[in-house]
Amino acid sequence: MGAVTKPDTAMFDCREAYVRTVEEMAATDERIVAVVNDSVGSSKLGKFRDRFPHRLINVGIAEQNMVGVGAGLANGGKVPFVSGASCFLTARAMEQIKADCAYSRANVKLCGISSGVAYGELGATHHSIEDVAWLRAIDGMTVIVPSDPWETEQAIRAATAHEGPVYIRLSRMPVPALERSNPHFEIGKSEILHEGGDVAIIANGTMVHRAIKAAKALASEGVGARVINMATVSPIDTAMLADAAKTGAIVTVEEGLKQGGLGGAVAEFCAENAPVPMRVLGFPGFVPTGSASWLMDEFGLNAAGIATAARELLGKRA
Amino acid sequence: MPEPDGRSTATIEQRAEHVRERANWMRRRFLRMIVDAGQGHPGGDLSATDILATLYFDVLRIDAANPMAPDRDRFVMSKGHCTGALYTAMAGRGLFPEEDLNSYLQPRSRLNGHPNRTYLPGVETNTGPLGHGFPVGVGIAVAGQIDEADFRTFVLTGDGELQEGSMWEAAMFAGHRGLGKLTVIVDRNRLQQGAKTEDTNGLEPLGDKWRAFGWEVVGVDGHDHAALLNAFDDACEPREKPRVIIADTCKGKGVSFMENQAGWHHGVPNPEQYAQALAELEAEMA
Repeated sequence: MGAVTKPDTAMFDCREAYVRTVEEMAATDERIVAVVNDSVGSSKLGKFRDRFPHRLINVGIAEQNMVGVGAGLANGGKVPFVSGASCFLTARAMEQIKADCAYSRANVKLCGISSGVAYGELGATHHSIEDVAWLRAIDGMTVIVPSDPWETEQAIRAATAHEGPVYIRLSRMPVPALERSNPHFEIGKSEILHEGGDVAIIANGTMVHRAIKAAKALASEGVGARVINMATVSPIDTAMLADAAKTGAIVTVEEGLKQGGLGGAVAEFCAENAPVPMRVLGFPGFVPTGSASWLMDEFGLNAAGIATAARELLGKRA
Repeated sequence: MPEPDGRSTATIEQRAEHVRERANWMRRRFLRMIVDAGQGHPGGDLSATDILATLYFDVLRIDAANPMAPDRDRFVMSKGHCTGALYTAMAGRGLFPEEDLNSYLQPRSRLNGHPNRTYLPGVETNTGPLGHGFPVGVGIAVAGQIDEADFRTFVLTGDGELQEGSMWEAAMFAGHRGLGKLTVIVDRNRLQQGAKTEDTNGLEPLGDKWRAFGWEVVGVDGHDHAALLNAFDDACEPREKPRVIIADTCKGKGVSFMENQAGWHHGVPNPEQYAQALAELEAEMA
């Protein structure tokens, strides 16, 4: 079932897959509308606006209203894709996400663009490293972090078919298209992209291809690392986690805060059901000035950092 | 979509009398609920009663047997804490059995302290935190605008609630979109939880603010049923702009010792006070 990443020359911006999919679906599904906060450009929805001018609702720079309007559109029978920079969409409109979307069980699809540290040098105001921790704490909120263009498309289609609120965390960071021997996407189900029985590396989003690279390096040293793409953080795939714990060591890695995100979700399950030594990789908090790729390297969110964490964890266990 | 029962009567006086009788019943019924539950928001309930009675017993085109019909009028209770008034209006309209009102605020009751659409069909969105219902109502009206649908959207806000920034985000956008089938009613009782609005963070000149945001503004006595009916009749005519009805109201209306007293925002009458309130309300209909 192993996966091979294509050479780094073929890198993709998942926003392209997002808008292409929404446009394709909108052509046959009248219910689909896009709601934005002046972010037509950064959400890459210009073509959607040209094709479906009455179905692009731009509320201006007003995120609380944007999410409330999204919930209202769902009430009126629409399937709204509410898109904005994830830092503003989630933080500014958190109570609307909680009350109007999740608590009201409104059929709203929230798309956080440029998540994680994609905005690099713009600093912590524009980083969205807390979003997964915040949103997965909200009852009934499905949280998906796709890893590549194919999975982005699958997530958008699955979110549309799913009745209820969904948060899809998109990045503008280029990622390779992952190769899958058995491509299948289902909300709440994870996939193994590299086999191994010594340690499980659980990643999502922009970290999956880096985790695969780390697993290959570890394989050359005789260490079998299983790479699990945990695209859905909530609800999390507990069967896969129980299996991963049997390796005896788990490393989680995400382009987000160390506290409360994917690592937190895995730790919660394992602590109660399958205690296992873990390493949680992510950002410790607000980060210094630097580009996105520099920040990832600086905080060990790259193949070398992941492999080092796995080695240390295995050494500690031995 | 069927018209409410009150509409079948011909004259405005007859319609107003019907609403007046139902409003009086609502007041007596929710005061009982608040006494039984030992909590509630009687001041705001009494302030909003006549507006809600006018909507539920005359204006709203909803089918109690099919409360989720896509072409229903939408009513959004943005001031979500006034559930005594909302639930009695909904039960009176037949959206759920009247005897369920006895479960108000009891464990696992569908009648939560703030309205919840997953518990109670007919509630459009869960409100309670202020500044939420209005933006959702705007989204509903946008959906109707896109579909060129016939349904109307009504939103009831508190006046203190207009201190929330999200209300003005929504007002600005509704004005920009020209949401002609959207009507907001401001329950202008001039009292917020602890003090007068104008002593806290003043709203005046309130009509000018709405006009500046692209709205038609109508002022009305929020306890005059005929005036409310006329305002709603007019608001339902096709037009280019959204409309706000600023309803001058009295917090605690109908119970002498509660009127204009901030302390009754969430006070609970003792047995003597309850008896007096009931006597006053019964006398009003005698």
